[in-house]
Amino acid sequence: MRTQPSPETVSRRKLLRILALGSAYVATFAAGWLRPVHLLAAEWNKAAFDAKTLPDAVKSIGATGVSESDKIQLKAPEIAENGAIVPVEITSGIPGTQTICIFADKNPQPLVAIFDIEPGLEPFISTRIKMGESSKVRVLVKATGKFYVATQEVKVTIGGCGG
Amino acid sequence: MADALKIRAQLRGDVADVKVLMFHPMETGLRKDPISGEIIPLHFIQRVVATHNGKTVMDAQWSQAVSKNPFINIRIRGAKPGDKVTVSWEDNKGERASIETTLD
Repeated sequence: MRTQPSPETVSRRKLLRILALGSAYVATFAAGWLRPVHLLAAEWNKAAFDAKTLPDAVKSIGATGVSESDKIQLKAPEIAENGAIVPVEITSGIPGTQTICIFADKNPQPLVAIFDIEPGLEPFISTRIKMGESSKVRVLVKATGKFYVATQEVKVTIGGCGG
Repeated sequence: MADALKIRAQLRGDVADVKVLMFHPMETGLRKDPISGEIIPLHFIQRVVATHNGKTVMDAQWSQAVSKNPFINIRIRGAKPGDKVTVSWEDNKGERASIETTLD
């Protein structure tokens, strides 16, 4: 003869089901709503971007043993009339280019941008940056774990940071 | 934010030349409001991601020193008509925007 479940068992089952539903709801809530808000900004290298000097910024990126390379093509104007818009174009001819970083040496925070180049992207970046005053524009390339650099002096007529 | 970005992609052989314009003030936190004299708070795009058919091809971190209304030009290899390219950004206030285009 089959025994009927006692009321106690039923209520325990119910309780378990409520708990399971509840945790599923929390998981959905966390995954679908809470997480994506900070998904992108989570990996922003605050230490490197906050660094006030070039050596500190370079160190925070983890770059050591940096060597100059003529395989990095850096196009920037020799004279930028407006420091708020300085076009910079970079083509890396170094095989295995993983990351392209842009610095403006004399900006309050020298690091301007870090571009991770994933497979499928040409090692080419063109963008526009702000420069507070005349200084070198510096491009740091990470390729197969090693670091390479190229620089170009840009004379800025009107600074583009404050005002 | 439908008008937060503009994208233009052109296929040249199997390389997609992608140009993106993002509409954003990129405030440095150093500028003063000309009328009130108060400092305009730091407000800038921190992260930009580009994908090709759902696969991340570029993952960028930015400072406030990228120019106002940022522009980028990138080139994606192994592209063909019908492929989808998306570009998304997120700023330091958690605001986000994204745009997608289909190559032709």
